[in-house]
Amino acid sequence: MSALYENSYYIASVGLIAVGLYVMVVKKNLIKVLIGLSLFETGINLLFIAVGYLAGGTAPIFSTHSLLPGRMVDPVPQAVVLTAIVIGVAVLALALSLTIRLYEHYGTLNLRKVRDLKW
Amino acid sequence: MRAVIAICLLAVIVPVLAISLAEIPFGAQGAATPEKPWIHYISQGAEETGAANIVTSVVVTYRGFDTLGEVTVLFIAAIGLGAVLFSRQQRKGEKLEGASLILQTGCRFLFPLILLFGAYVFIHGHLTPGGGFQGGVIVASGFLLAYLGCADINARKRWLNATESLAGAAFVIAGLIGLALGGDFLMNFLPKGTFNRLFSAGLIPLVYAAIGFKVGAELAGIVANLLEKPE
Amino acid sequence: MLDTLREIAQLGLVALLLVGAVCACMFKDLLNAVIAAAFVSLIATVLFFLLHAPDVAMAEASIGAAITTAIFVIAIKKTTRSEEE
Repeated sequence: MSALYENSYYIASVGLIAVGLYVMVVKKNLIKVLIGLSLFETGINLLFIAVGYLAGGTAPIFSTHSLLPGRMVDPVPQAVVLTAIVIGVAVLALALSLTIRLYEHYGTLNLRKVRDLKW
Repeated sequence: MRAVIAICLLAVIVPVLAISLAEIPFGAQGAATPEKPWIHYISQGAEETGAANIVTSVVVTYRGFDTLGEVTVLFIAAIGLGAVLFSRQQRKGEKLEGASLILQTGCRFLFPLILLFGAYVFIHGHLTPGGGFQGGVIVASGFLLAYLGCADINARKRWLNATESLAGAAFVIAGLIGLALGGDFLMNFLPKGTFNRLFSAGLIPLVYAAIGFKVGAELAGIVANLLEKPE
Repeated sequence: MLDTLREIAQLGLVALLLVGAVCACMFKDLLNAVIAAAFVSLIATVLFFLLHAPDVAMAEASIGAAITTAIFVIAIKKTTRSEEE
């Protein structure tokens, strides 16, 4: 039970990565695949922040000048994950615009049927 | 059949992840030797950049080039979305169902308050948690509320595109001025000021304000493009 | 007493996260799946805050809950609503 509690963030992020990967490989609807992509990216971001955690640490902000910097959480993964979240939403917006165009052209969003329709 | 492939893939990936994560004990961060970059950022970041928020100083000053790349990726995504959804026919706003009177009045009241909150978040990015990206997205969600609730506050797309382009150009020009003055691209060339005040940390509030304007205008333009419908 | 309360809260949040992700996988109506994904984003925001990362929590809250859900719903409105065809 204590091992479960200590690694609970790792279990959460690996679980999200597994569910996202399953949805992306198995499901047929294109919008469901994009939902799986969004879950996958959330899992990866959670993994990054969980690795940079320091037990008993605090947020890396000097709210008063005399705060001792000895026990602060790692700030570099937070900067990297900030970039990753914004890039994730950019990729999602472009993918959804392509989905709308695909539906207008083929009339279906089923990936098996779209692959069979040639030109 | 697909489910079998997915289960095999997961049966390979999940144990590999679990074994490699067992090497990193949670909450230990490995050994804290002085060569690690984050020790330098935490202990000297406040004096070198003058910003109280260390994540902001990492994003804008120490890793400023990555932020330039991210701004470029957002720009390409917005252009790509506009190009894919382009049609030669006359497009106008989607005829949504008219909102009720309570919703219209509420949206008209809330819209400037949300813009004010978003501006507060990206102006104080170097003092409190927040920054350009968070404030810009809050501004864009205010525009989303205006599109859905009251149809008469809709910003013209020409203004949104002009704001976005000018803000992006301002970020690059600030970097080029740093290159011309000191020899480093995106160098912090303005004076640091006193700690924990609004006008401190040199170039960081200006760069973050430009990024906030750019991200807000960009995402509002993306939502406007998605809501249109060809006639 | 406070220690076990924090333990229970953390384990409960992780369990809710995984339940929400499995629900997003299994729902057939696409709007329900998008709402489940927004719920996962919200729980991830609270977990980011518990990991002492307030900047990332603000970014995930505004982007994951507002912008991602909005563009998904607009895209679903212009295409099909249910998964089966």
